[in-house]
Amino acid sequence: MGEIERTATSALEQQQRVWEYATAPEARDIVRLEDRYDLFVGGRFVEPRSGRYFETINPATEEPLAEVAEANEEDVDLAARTAREAWEERWRDLPGKERAKYLYRIARALQERSREFAVLETMNNGKPIKESRDVDVPLAAAHFFYYAGWADKLDYAFPGRAPRPLGVAAQITPWNFPLLMCAWKLAPALATGNTAILKPASTTPLTALLLAEVIEQAELPPGVVNVIPGPGGKTGGWLAAHPAIAKIAFTGSTDIGKVLRRNVAGTGKRLTLELGGKAANIVFEDAALDQAVEGIINGIFFNQGEVCCAGSRLFVQESVFEPLLDKLKARLDTLRVGDPLDKNTDVGAINSRDQLRKIEELVQSGLEEGAEMYQPDCDLPERGFWFRPTLFTNVSQSHRIAREEIFGPVLSILTFRTPQEAVEKANNTEYGLSAGIWTEKGSRILWMAERMKAGVVWANTFNRFDPTSPFGGYKESGFGREGGRHGLEPYLDLDGASAEGGDGA
Amino acid sequence: MSEAAEIERNVPGLALYTPRDASRLVARVTAVDAVGLEERAASLGRRSIKRGSKLWALDLAIRSMDLTTLEGVDTMGRVVSLCAKAVRPDPTDATIPSVAAVCVYPQLVPVALGEVKGSSVRVASVAGSFPAGLGPLSSRLAEIREVVEQGAHEVDIVLNRSLFLGGRYAACFEELAAAREAAGEAHLKVILEVGELGSYDRIRQASVLAMAAGADFIKTSTGKIGVSASLPSALCMMEAARDFFHETGRRVGIKVAGGIRASKQAVQYLVLLYETLGPEWMTPELFRIGASSLLNDILMQINKERTGRYQGPDYFTID
Repeated sequence: MGEIERTATSALEQQQRVWEYATAPEARDIVRLEDRYDLFVGGRFVEPRSGRYFETINPATEEPLAEVAEANEEDVDLAARTAREAWEERWRDLPGKERAKYLYRIARALQERSREFAVLETMNNGKPIKESRDVDVPLAAAHFFYYAGWADKLDYAFPGRAPRPLGVAAQITPWNFPLLMCAWKLAPALATGNTAILKPASTTPLTALLLAEVIEQAELPPGVVNVIPGPGGKTGGWLAAHPAIAKIAFTGSTDIGKVLRRNVAGTGKRLTLELGGKAANIVFEDAALDQAVEGIINGIFFNQGEVCCAGSRLFVQESVFEPLLDKLKARLDTLRVGDPLDKNTDVGAINSRDQLRKIEELVQSGLEEGAEMYQPDCDLPERGFWFRPTLFTNVSQSHRIAREEIFGPVLSILTFRTPQEAVEKANNTEYGLSAGIWTEKGSRILWMAERMKAGVVWANTFNRFDPTSPFGGYKESGFGREGGRHGLEPYLDLDGASAEGGDGA
Repeated sequence: MSEAAEIERNVPGLALYTPRDASRLVARVTAVDAVGLEERAASLGRRSIKRGSKLWALDLAIRSMDLTTLEGVDTMGRVVSLCAKAVRPDPTDATIPSVAAVCVYPQLVPVALGEVKGSSVRVASVAGSFPAGLGPLSSRLAEIREVVEQGAHEVDIVLNRSLFLGGRYAACFEELAAAREAAGEAHLKVILEVGELGSYDRIRQASVLAMAAGADFIKTSTGKIGVSASLPSALCMMEAARDFFHETGRRVGIKVAGGIRASKQAVQYLVLLYETLGPEWMTPELFRIGASSLLNDILMQINKERTGRYQGPDYFTID
């Protein structure tokens, strides 16, 4: 114990030096990385007809992790025809309880291999292991468990209707919650008797491919789930345009969502979009301030702020602005930014260089428009994509940082005087995905929730997800709901109007 | 001039409040959201600290310990042996520091004082009709004065929950201020008995009331009821102390007590302390753990950290 000083009044500096959290990295060896990943089509891994592979990296270190097959138009066509055939011959008419059996298997496998999934997710995405371990993976498993329960109860979910599956669902997922979004998409699609083609985001395909491995081991009938990575603009576009597709579920940016909607118009394909957001987190003067601070921090720095429902606009009642700002800054100073695999890390790496540039550009615009920036004085790793947790004050409604989705760890703080003003300002955005209300007054929570144009309104909490609760947006945040009983509907024909779905090509 | 007045001059922030302010103080205490507080406490409880830091933390836990015996059956012999343990927790290892204090009933203060003489160990006495605190005010104050006159360095009293929960904040404040005056130079720790307050809002209000009335420490529990210190209740008190420091410039210490038996728990409280109040509070001057059986577990852990092996309980003295 030589390194320990025992003078009764240890100098402050000494204490700060001595009190360090262990670098507590999760072991990487649990993940067995292949050099190359092929497409998963028809129940097995197959080489892409494109012959092309792209590199996927660890955004925290920029080191390459693996090469991943890129699906071209021919690959997409093969996947679509395979999924259609699987739907007609092996899945559509399977009793619900049989489909549930497979979903339960997947859910259990996710739990059994949770550490492996968490480590791989963190390596490929850059998010802190504590989040992939405590949020992404358990929630993904929970979604499969939850929708497994619905598979044989669809008639009761929609009494008096005759719910029938649509056919092949094209599911395009984003890079911010790679595995969890696969679960949000696959679980309801499979439970309702559809087959699926999953197109994971091009920067984060690895957990989707590991999920494909799990699906193979769960002995799901071949072709029921297919995974075809590739760039969104190309692979995603071909997939959405394929005539065998009956339904498209997309989570991603509003720009791509608009393109998809235009392309799908007139085709009879069903579409749900879960797009961007610029959520308001509204703190009233009577709120539990210390817990509100935690909620604000969680709201914007969870997953580096790369969350569509992130609480990126903070509205504070003017009477508590100063004490709240002091508390926020102090709390910001304690955030640990760094190695995502370290269990003590709070904020990890930005997912890609492109995303980092976008964040930097918007932050620059905030400075140019006269907002005041606060960042903690923390060290950032030399390699990889990093951005300091950032607060902006002196922000007005017209600033770009108050209007555009930054998708990064950047919080814009605005003030309000009355509840009416809070509602008006909070709703004054092109988005409408989520909102947070912080007050100890129950009647005000209800009053506000009624008026917020947002798909989810959290009261005295933020970024809380549950498979039983529907999630989705208003306005440019998209339409359709995922999660809960509502989440079944986009995958079902309730009235027999399009009983055959797609044109069977 | 009374001793209290002298303290008021010397201690920043102490003269800021009078009993007339009590109701206003309690009313404007910020609300506490139980779900959020418990979540934060749990997430801090999961932090892992470096091996070197862990040894330092365990060392600090010993230096911050109020080694306590508060039983009706406490005898001179019991206190003598407790004091020996307090001064030399591990007779075979001189690098293990003494604890901060021994905490005993008033009658045993002279015994404890005699036993710790010449060491750094201080003597704390409970007083003021511990643990209910509902004896006549005059006798409670007399008890405080007496233990201080006998030489106790620190006095642990209980908050009058009868007055506090009855909403009689001014009266409650007056009692605390009178106790503060009676304790004079001795360190005054006010036990909130969090397990009886019913909500975190109440814990935070009681913390503010006790700090404003001049407590040097606010303490979670007597250890005499079923519900003792918990991470969320301690966090709630620490947040109150942080805001009080922000407002008045006066640092009030935190003492957690009751049910803390394992090293791991002690380290979790230190994590909470570090994250909430910062390194300034990581000293026996501003942090205490009241415990009786925790010490041997810490010794066992230190030994394990050093040697990589656990030793059986019989290798540590039972006092």
